[in-house]
Amino acid sequence: MSRLRGALLAAIYRKASGRQALPGVRGLSSKTGSELKVCIIGSGPAGFYTAQHLLKYHESAVVDIYEKLPVPFGLVRFGVAPDHPEVKNVINAFTQTAHHDRCSFYGNVTVGKDLSIEELKQAYHALILTYGAEANRTLGIPGENLRGVYSARTFVGWYNGLPENKNLNPELSSETAIILGHGNVGLDVARILLSPIDLLRLGMFLQKTDIAAHALEAIAASKVKRVLLVGRRGPLQVAFTIKELREMINLPDARPLLHPSDFEGIGQIVKDLPRPRKRLTELMIKAALEKPSGNEAERRAAASKEWGLQFLRSPMEVIPGNDGKWVAGIRLSVNKLEGLGESAKFVQTEDVEDLECGLMLSSIGYKSYPIDPSVPFDHQQGIIPNNLGRVLHAPGLYCSGWVKRGPTGVIVTTMHDGFETAVSVLEDVRSGALDVSASKGGYEIMEALLKQRGIRPVSFSGWEKIDNVEVANGEKAGKPREKLLDVEEMVEVASQRR
Amino acid sequence: MAATATRRFLLTSQSAVFKRLRHHDCSRYWGPRSCRSGRRGEDGLFFCGRVGASSSETWGRHLLNTAARLQSSKDKVTVDFINRDGEKLTAEGNLGDSLLDVVVDNNLDIDGFGACEGTLACSTCHLIFEQSIYKKLDSITDEEMDMLDLAYGLKETSRLGCQICLKKWMDGMTVEVPNDVADARQAKDFGSGS
Repeated sequence: MSRLRGALLAAIYRKASGRQALPGVRGLSSKTGSELKVCIIGSGPAGFYTAQHLLKYHESAVVDIYEKLPVPFGLVRFGVAPDHPEVKNVINAFTQTAHHDRCSFYGNVTVGKDLSIEELKQAYHALILTYGAEANRTLGIPGENLRGVYSARTFVGWYNGLPENKNLNPELSSETAIILGHGNVGLDVARILLSPIDLLRLGMFLQKTDIAAHALEAIAASKVKRVLLVGRRGPLQVAFTIKELREMINLPDARPLLHPSDFEGIGQIVKDLPRPRKRLTELMIKAALEKPSGNEAERRAAASKEWGLQFLRSPMEVIPGNDGKWVAGIRLSVNKLEGLGESAKFVQTEDVEDLECGLMLSSIGYKSYPIDPSVPFDHQQGIIPNNLGRVLHAPGLYCSGWVKRGPTGVIVTTMHDGFETAVSVLEDVRSGALDVSASKGGYEIMEALLKQRGIRPVSFSGWEKIDNVEVANGEKAGKPREKLLDVEEMVEVASQRR
Repeated sequence: MAATATRRFLLTSQSAVFKRLRHHDCSRYWGPRSCRSGRRGEDGLFFCGRVGASSSETWGRHLLNTAARLQSSKDKVTVDFINRDGEKLTAEGNLGDSLLDVVVDNNLDIDGFGACEGTLACSTCHLIFEQSIYKKLDSITDEEMDMLDLAYGLKETSRLGCQICLKKWMDGMTVEVPNDVADARQAKDFGSGS
């Protein structure tokens, strides 16, 4: 079905390499006689990929991307770990999209506060919500708010220079950190906590990345030596992927602590699994069961840090220290599994286990917020109810990315998802389900409102000025960039004359 | 403007340095954690300087590749790409170019191809090969397989285009751009609550 949709639309709207569109269909603008004005809310991968697809397959669509921060790119800038710069190369593709003459970027504009959805609906034919997931799921257990307990999301924001997390000041003076959750975000945090700052070797080391300076300093002074990742289900249900696991296993100056007993019987099941799950599990089994020899054995014996995976444990209570204010440990229920594979469920038993730690990070999933009462929102699933990106019961509203599907998946997932939503928009224009007969004012109307309200939007060239300053500041320290941390400063830099 | 031109020139010459350091005459991913478009910092160690780089870096590489393309035609290899809509795109590359290079240098119209620009950090250059060709390809590394495992529409003869370098015997081969697999959900309503 999706293949057919894609093929049909691609054939109809193709304009590349001198090929004619199908006879009689020269592009939507001439057919309807009016432009398509689209407003995209959120400038992460979802926003940019949806924009890219719309601009390519509609000859006159005008796409305006709104972003609440002065800087674009969402989690590519603030979520991807500093030691994974290759993943951020996608920014180049997004930059090309932003430079398209029918695309505009308006940063420092918060939809839902500076502009309302209603106002945007008056000015645009279609609104596409791509604002992702800015919150995190909470544990809902006693002691969750003790000092020394953070969400992985805020910790990631802290080391990635997200303005709202710059003053997190996490306590890194204890030897053991516990991370709750078996996903890639948890592994990222573990790796950043244990990465050698200045170990001389070929490749990436932390002080040459774009990690925020305050985080680099704090991690350099950190006493954390052991990180345990605790998950409520078993090895076959881990959510992280093999590349990140491999990085942990190969982390210099660190040894893996996996318990062979956790993998009893797993070897048998693995054989019949699809390749990705099979390889991932086999790698874990190898790390748990294989006795390393020679250099590797020496390396592990000499390692000053360690990390491990604990399975079948659910958090029940965060245990405070004697002062009652700081985390000192966690009480976990021992679980067993019911069912098989990725949909297996955990069941708590009577048994509990206590683990000591001085730092605790919960990495159990991001969460979206509803942006405006007029936009439908499913509070249980934490997404905007939709069908292939068309918001249910809300003509003219679309969504893509995490706010559409839930907060999982890598960039390629969001790419396909963004394209899918764009195809829905284009289909609706073609079928008339999206009414584009009336011409709309677009940004001109918003500009007047923003001016009235004293909001200074940051254009893409304004972002490029910020970019230049960050790169220049980074060069002094041998880093790709030193991110600005203050929103006011960003807006100032963006509005300077050349 | 002048700043961009200077940067472009500098990056072009850096690309030239990097080209000499490539594995044999193949532009595939070289060494652990290095990046096709990485550069040497003052300490002599490689790091990827692409973060937030503008399109001038890509242009630098394009200039070099265009120059390379103007050399002798006996080093040329022709490849047919079957796009997602069934259209056949025929393109030419030099011996040693990766299939990602071929797509980029020929400006082939394949949506979203090569997001991470050949650094084994995504799976968007995923291509499907004919069985007879697949068997003869250089063996796959763990790093490539790790990323391929996340690709959409994975088949037995799938590989990542950025890791496959043109050899003479590949002349005239056909590769297929996989379709975004719609998983079983299709047109199901998400979060309808109804």
